[in-house]
Amino acid sequence: MSRYLARRLWQFVPTLAGVVLLVFFLFNWVGGDPAYLLAGKIASAEHIENIRRGLGVDQPYAVQLWIFVKQVVTADFGASWSTNERVSQIFATRLGPSLTVLVPLLILSTVIAMAAAMLAAYYRGSLTDRAIMIGCTVGQSISILVYILVFQYFFAYRLGWFPVQGWGANLAENLLWYAALPILVGTVVSLAPDIRLYRTFFLDEISQDYVRTARAKGLGEGRVIWLHVLRNAGIPIATNVLTQLPGLLAGAFLIERFFSIPGIGREVILAVERSDFPVIKAVTIYVAIVTMIVNLAADLLYRVLDPRVQLK
Amino acid sequence: MTPWALAWQRFVRDRVGLASAAVVLIFLLMMAASAAGLIVRDWGEEVGMSYAPPGFLKTERIEQAEETAASRPRDDYGIADPLAAELADIQMGTSSAERRAATLPFGADKWGRDVVRKAIKGSETSLVVGLAAAVLAAFLGTLFGALAGYYGRWVDDFFNWLYSVFTAIPYLLLVLAIAAVLGQKGVLTVVLILALTGWTGIFRLVRAEYLKHAVREYVLAADAIGASNARRMFGHILPNVSHVVLVQLSLHVVLFIKAEVILSFLGFGVGVDTVSWGSMLAEAPSELILGMWWQTAAATAVMALAVTAFSLLTDAVRDALDPKLA
Repeated sequence: MSRYLARRLWQFVPTLAGVVLLVFFLFNWVGGDPAYLLAGKIASAEHIENIRRGLGVDQPYAVQLWIFVKQVVTADFGASWSTNERVSQIFATRLGPSLTVLVPLLILSTVIAMAAAMLAAYYRGSLTDRAIMIGCTVGQSISILVYILVFQYFFAYRLGWFPVQGWGANLAENLLWYAALPILVGTVVSLAPDIRLYRTFFLDEISQDYVRTARAKGLGEGRVIWLHVLRNAGIPIATNVLTQLPGLLAGAFLIERFFSIPGIGREVILAVERSDFPVIKAVTIYVAIVTMIVNLAADLLYRVLDPRVQLK
Repeated sequence: MTPWALAWQRFVRDRVGLASAAVVLIFLLMMAASAAGLIVRDWGEEVGMSYAPPGFLKTERIEQAEETAASRPRDDYGIADPLAAELADIQMGTSSAERRAATLPFGADKWGRDVVRKAIKGSETSLVVGLAAAVLAAFLGTLFGALAGYYGRWVDDFFNWLYSVFTAIPYLLLVLAIAAVLGQKGVLTVVLILALTGWTGIFRLVRAEYLKHAVREYVLAADAIGASNARRMFGHILPNVSHVVLVQLSLHVVLFIKAEVILSFLGFGVGVDTVSWGSMLAEAPSELILGMWWQTAAATAVMALAVTAFSLLTDAVRDALDPKLA
């Protein structure tokens, strides 16, 4: 086990090096000279030269790469180009609101999706199953934009059940008042793909021999489904939920943008709109690291939940 | 009977698959006709009044507009309005060459452009982006997967490393980062962004197939009669794994269409002079507040129809090609 862990952690090194190279290639090479961008519309040659020296972009690429590697290792990406806020400060203050939306969203959508998937799998081929599956296909074909627009317009603007947008100062207010509609939208959007996936997990288990054995020895349907099938189908579901997290952290940007939630995703959009390279670079590197760690954690979790799995 | 003929037999028995194939075909024909300039060449013409409502909607707005038009001239305290004639012209919509329509079949946007024609033109853009990006991503994924799975060793290690780097960054974050760097809009840019980031899923599956096939007897036999590596890879193995590529291709069309809509909505996608489903939806927030729902509804409905048809077609093709799954 410890040998496996050491090997996996060692594999982080080339992957992270690749991510650093990719980001460097994109921003320092494809992106061109940021000095013109920073200096504004009316810039003197001297001013541009000063900015270039300050950022180190007048140095050869090898030196620039070394500066970037130092930034990654020391976790110090400097200050945002547009607001001059420290990048580390941006992360520290934006993570809380993101998680306030994401954690309830993941829990809610997982529970509902599991229930619907179990129903569809248990009554496979029936009208219930077909209705759920058609609903999922149609639901998945509508853009997330439309869900956000329509929910915000209808439930917040027209009916006034929720605030249209905004964010408060304390957790309870945020969670129960401001985050409620974003969580609802996010849940509805993630339901369709989740149900489809979890249904296949349940189907895999329901057709297994141990289910037939459990039924043959006279166990009630409730016990077969809730104890035997659920516990086994729960293993891939748990790892799937875990691996979704990093993608959601940056992927919830549409929800955060529409509802003015000061989270990581909204920060990404703002940074892209303002060509705020330090922030985008930092987000990309950090989210990549989180993704790698979470993927490892998911594999370990799989091992814990299912001791038959051999990690090599 | 060839496996393809057997798959075709299974496919034509699938009614849902046939229906979705018909819808997809209609969309593709529409796209081709629109791209060739046979239909909706005049989508940008301002044929209606600003936010002209759909014809089937008898709103008070129209009556109000007619009322105010009828109630003039009013008493202006004896002061003659020097612009009265021009104003009347503008109000009546006679200043332009032809009179603007008060209603259109499915309404008009802010500039008075017909929503139906705009939606057809937008379908062309969105479908072209989705198809082109999917073809390019499938090409890259197949090429990389074939090389990695066939040659193994350091080639495999290299492409696996590339794969792990690209998948370590969440897809949309990578897309946005590249969009930020490129900083230019346009159909070609979007296609390149989506394809260069979207090949990973196809690579993984194709590589696994090549690993399996590279040691099969028919490939060893091809080696024995002197077929070159390239010939074994693409002449012998590729036809046997092409069903995987085909299903992935169709799956990625849906994926890329959705991504293009989000990119264009955020303003990083197609240019301002191009219309796509995403750029139509980008006008939705300000329109919904005013109660003008028709453009949003049209873009949503057309996109949902196209994407549902593509998804169902993908399912049907997969079921037909791989009977073990069904």
